[in-house]
Amino acid sequence: MRVSTAERVANYAILMIFAALALTPVVTILVTALSPETPADAQTGGPVHWENLTRAWDQGRFGEYLRNSVAVAALVVSLATVLSTMAGYAFGAFTFAGSQVLFYVFLLGIMVPAEAIVVPLFFDLRYLGLTDTIWAIALPQVAQSIAFGTFWMRAFFRGANRSLIEAARLDGAGHHRVLWQVLVPVARPAMTTMVLLMFMWTWNEFLIPLVMSPTGQLRTAPLGLALFQGQYTQGTTLLAAGAILVALPVVVLYLFLQRHFISGMLAGAVRE
Amino acid sequence: MYGATPYWFLLPAFVVYAAFLLYPLGRAVQISLYEWDGLSLATFVGLANYADVLTDAALRAAFGHALVLIVFFAVLPLGIGLVLAALLMRARVRGLAFFRTVVFLPQVIAMVVVAVAWRQIYAPDGLLNTALRAVGLDALTRTWLGDFTLTLPAVGLIGTWVCTGLVTVLLMAGMARIPQDLYEAATLDGAGPVRTFLAITVPSVRPEIVVSLVLTIIAALKTFDLVFVTTRGGPGSTTTVPSYEVYRRAFELGEVGSAAAVAVVLTALIFLLNLAVNRIGERER
Repeated sequence: MRVSTAERVANYAILMIFAALALTPVVTILVTALSPETPADAQTGGPVHWENLTRAWDQGRFGEYLRNSVAVAALVVSLATVLSTMAGYAFGAFTFAGSQVLFYVFLLGIMVPAEAIVVPLFFDLRYLGLTDTIWAIALPQVAQSIAFGTFWMRAFFRGANRSLIEAARLDGAGHHRVLWQVLVPVARPAMTTMVLLMFMWTWNEFLIPLVMSPTGQLRTAPLGLALFQGQYTQGTTLLAAGAILVALPVVVLYLFLQRHFISGMLAGAVRE
Repeated sequence: MYGATPYWFLLPAFVVYAAFLLYPLGRAVQISLYEWDGLSLATFVGLANYADVLTDAALRAAFGHALVLIVFFAVLPLGIGLVLAALLMRARVRGLAFFRTVVFLPQVIAMVVVAVAWRQIYAPDGLLNTALRAVGLDALTRTWLGDFTLTLPAVGLIGTWVCTGLVTVLLMAGMARIPQDLYEAATLDGAGPVRTFLAITVPSVRPEIVVSLVLTIIAALKTFDLVFVTTRGGPGSTTTVPSYEVYRRAFELGEVGSAAAVAVVLTALIFLLNLAVNRIGERER
């Protein structure tokens, strides 16, 4: 559409104002995290105080929290990916008795908020002596991710080339061969999106790790950050540095693979 | 003809899903019918915990706060997003890709990190008060997260910040689909920008409007981390929300049955929202 120069200029202004508004909190925390922690620090080094990040890592124990987060995320993403790829294959490539009903049962899980399951899970897992273990934190999130992943992979396998499956089957390939060696390589873009979303949801999850680790032995990164804030009201610099460390992995992935994040979150909009 | 094959492929996922999602969901419904402190024997109370959701002042307040948050998480971003997306799609300016990356960024940052950043902005000597003082509006400065009337809107604005980008990107995708000749015809008929916005743009992106409303309303209903980190429901109980009440009742007050009832109501609300949207979606098709 042809628009006047004035409108074009106004548009650039609006674009920049909203971009600035979106970035303000991010910049605020970056500035706080990289400014000197103490007057003594201000005397030494350059204008950017990277040492705050290492201090948050050691003194703020964020190194430990991040390792916990990596372990939880690795467990959740790998288990949920394998299980939901198989379930998605079952729903996508076969028609079987009860497939409709079963699929709706899985779909239900996309809508169930963590609030609804976390209360009974805590008391039941405590009874089994599983609270404060990585399983208590990871398995409920595996279940949540399976609901989304099954939905996602079913949609992909539905659209996949039937003749590809039939050709492989005629060649005498078993179902596992067909799935893992014929279909999964073709599904790579769809699976990348799924893995990234599962990783982001798990990494950023707060309520489940908060409830499932009552003694605080096993704090994931967001949890460590929230409780760090409660403990040290004065340590704004280390708090901000910790916040950077917590946000960084997902933000870096987002910056490189943003198409996957945006398309996935808009298409897989049913979750959340 | 496939025999048991699909069931074997389904089984591992179903076992984990049933054990850690379906079963707890059922248990939540069961627990919600009891009065239970989490330790001693539970007493069956029927639907009393649900009646409390309607009558208990603290719970009614929490759901009321959630309604206020919906204005900030859903209504405000939709208004801003519609105008913003329409303006940007009208005159295709450069830098749209960069803009998309930047405004969508809040969606991928952990809510705890978002809350920590905004606490610093709202702090007594934080960015907001500093900016107000710089322009001579000292009278407006306050402890934003300690004010009985303004803390809830202050928390809500964080939600506006988080949701606006998502809504704008969604609407821009929808508007990109609108055929240009529609606008050209309208302009020839003498319609101004406001008329074309209301008569062409808004009706054309109705599906996107519905989806974005659902996403953001659910986000508002599920607000937990944000409140936990910024206010813990305070000052007083002016920023309690249903999710926070679930946590507080189950793990701080020892009212597990009541917590489960609130959680079940919350889940039911989210189901109904999704159902309503599917209905609307099917009618459109």
